[in-house]
Amino acid sequence: MEKINMEKKLLVSASPHIRDHISTRRIMLDVVIALAPAALLGIYYHGLRAALLIAVCIVSCVLFEYIAVRIRKKPASIGDCSAIVTGLLLAMSLPPGLPVWMAVLGCFIAIVIIKQLFGGIGQNFVNPAVGARVFLTISFAQAMTTWVEPGTDVISTATPLAIMKDAEAVSAMPDFLDMFLGNIGGCIGETSAIALILGGIYLLARTVITWHIPVFYLGTVAFLTWMLGGNGLFTGDPFTHLIAGGLLLGAIFMATDYTTSPMTKKGAIIFAVGCGLVTSVIRLYGALPEGVAFSILFMNMLVPLIDRYTIPKNFGGR
Amino acid sequence: MKRKKTFKQGATLPHIKNTAHSPTVVMPAPETITVPMQQHIGAPCKPVLQKGDRVKVGQVIGDSDQYVSAPIHSGVSGKVAKMDIILTYDGRNVPVMIIESDGENEIHEDVKPPKVGNLNEFVKAIRASGLVGLGGAGFPTHVKLNLPNEADIDTLIVNAVECEPYITSDFREALEHTEHVIRGTEIIGEFLKIPNLIIGVEDNKPESIEILSQAAKGTKIQVQPLITRYPQGAEKMLISALTGRKVPSGGLPSDVGTIVLNITTVSFISKYLETGMPLVKRRVTVDGTAVKNPGNVEVVVGTSIRELLAFCGGITEEIKKVIMGGPMMGIANYNIDQPILKQNNAILALGKELGDPPNETPCIRCGRCVSRCPMSLMPVNLDLFSRRRDLEMLNRYHIMDCIECGSCTYNCPAKRYLVQSIRMGKTLIRQQPKVKGGK
Repeated sequence: MEKINMEKKLLVSASPHIRDHISTRRIMLDVVIALAPAALLGIYYHGLRAALLIAVCIVSCVLFEYIAVRIRKKPASIGDCSAIVTGLLLAMSLPPGLPVWMAVLGCFIAIVIIKQLFGGIGQNFVNPAVGARVFLTISFAQAMTTWVEPGTDVISTATPLAIMKDAEAVSAMPDFLDMFLGNIGGCIGETSAIALILGGIYLLARTVITWHIPVFYLGTVAFLTWMLGGNGLFTGDPFTHLIAGGLLLGAIFMATDYTTSPMTKKGAIIFAVGCGLVTSVIRLYGALPEGVAFSILFMNMLVPLIDRYTIPKNFGGR
Repeated sequence: MKRKKTFKQGATLPHIKNTAHSPTVVMPAPETITVPMQQHIGAPCKPVLQKGDRVKVGQVIGDSDQYVSAPIHSGVSGKVAKMDIILTYDGRNVPVMIIESDGENEIHEDVKPPKVGNLNEFVKAIRASGLVGLGGAGFPTHVKLNLPNEADIDTLIVNAVECEPYITSDFREALEHTEHVIRGTEIIGEFLKIPNLIIGVEDNKPESIEILSQAAKGTKIQVQPLITRYPQGAEKMLISALTGRKVPSGGLPSDVGTIVLNITTVSFISKYLETGMPLVKRRVTVDGTAVKNPGNVEVVVGTSIRELLAFCGGITEEIKKVIMGGPMMGIANYNIDQPILKQNNAILALGKELGDPPNETPCIRCGRCVSRCPMSLMPVNLDLFSRRRDLEMLNRYHIMDCIECGSCTYNCPAKRYLVQSIRMGKTLIRQQPKVKGGK
């Protein structure tokens, strides 16, 4: 019989002894891949200006992450790629004409104030990109709502949602197909519905997200704007509401952020319906044309409460 | 084919069953065997022989007067070389009897088919056989069969799920001893007067479903295919999948009118009633990239892992980890001189396929652990509160319900050691002195 010689000691650890290939880094890279089509279309329609903003946001987010983690004396974390996602997401929700220094300030707010000061990845109480966008909207209201017509650099234009608010200008609404493809005024990555939906399908296929939050968020907005949006009950235009503004970007990429959404399916549905409700109310009755970022921010802060009241019933429990 | 059933949540694991088509090979008894005096859940046995005593195959060498226990028998003939104490793989000091074989394999006079006319005699015979749950848990079988009120049980479930990767020893039992599986199931059904007899098999073992269904024709036994999903072999999950009943938190299968027995355990009962040979041998799946010739080996209880690996052609690369049981719930051994126990269904010698132990990173609250947990717990919170030693919150989140299946840890993208930390939390709760009196 064979003799077995064992020089090295055996590894002893708790079960399970095998792990799935999934990792935080892989998830973040998947989100980047899913955002890519919309980002590239944004660059195509809005030109180098958009490319510059995207690059600046990603680089400054990664840099701020690196510096903040060094100061906090924590293990290096830029390898998990979450700062890239934050930078890209923030850039895509900015108007292409925004001054670069404002974008950098937004990145500082997102990474340093919202994420790292609260303990880094997994600890932020609101989505960093959403929080930074709301901060910029409030601080620089003019710059954050100045839109340029795609392909040009000078003429300022109105977004579909702003046009809808101003009932007399309805005739100026852009073509539905242009809205679907993204050939309209708006933020860099928010305008192309088709690219964002493709990204969402990719995330679903990779099981990075589940369908609950996007479907319930979009469904709530569609229903409420249809019911209350027009002149009288059930005369609204839900399709325009669905593909206009930041709704798709928000519902697919921002509201589904793990850290700031509930952990159970039941919780996720409550959260998504809440987002839809707040978005619709702001869009239909508020002073602002857009309410996606505010609604997500608001619901983010309710997540600990939702999680507390949606603890699953243990198997065989009473 | 019947409509497939399954349970809720759980994890999808890679289908690694390399040894499924390796027929059982009998390993000759080694020169010495090391037999621990506890190979079951319950009270340890006391040795009934002393150093220098003669011993034969099938002879009782350890027994206990406690109810939850099972006697231990010798798998070789020869003499008792010495009594010793070993540190087991799960961290207990257990007395062992070391027996030197004379190579004769002389069978003891007491080994003859038992007379069983009624339930009482049947349960006594099962106790005398030393049978424990052969699927890994090692719970004495006679205790399971001796119900306070057998009329409450309407379903016997034979667990042929074998949901862990690598392990194929139950699969081989279904293929090689089909008649005994069917006969054993019928015998238990007759003695315990159980009307429903179900064998649950996952659909990743179509041959097993096929051969058992064929053999069950004309009997009361139903062979039920199950959609492959881990941990379907866990008692509570299997009952839920097959009957839709939920064992209450902290309860037993008998609370919902069921008994669950492993397929090899059931098959052994039929063999024992025929031959009277107690549990001294068992089939072990030997696998892992470090093993030269992986396969299924019938081995005498008390054989060392070292000798078993040597019988399988030795090792081809440096072993990183030796696991007793499957990769999801098995226990990593600290050396290879541990003996094979009655309930060991697999020995995995893992090498390069194992990779390095992952580094833990911060939780990103993705909720995968919550959506995978078959017990509907929140492993993320149990992990947090275990680390904080917050016993009150651990109880509120039902930590004691955790079956440690590892589905949460397997799917964690942050590579957190959730099960390890939950085990620590459970230990903290067990160590807590019981509160006396009322409020």
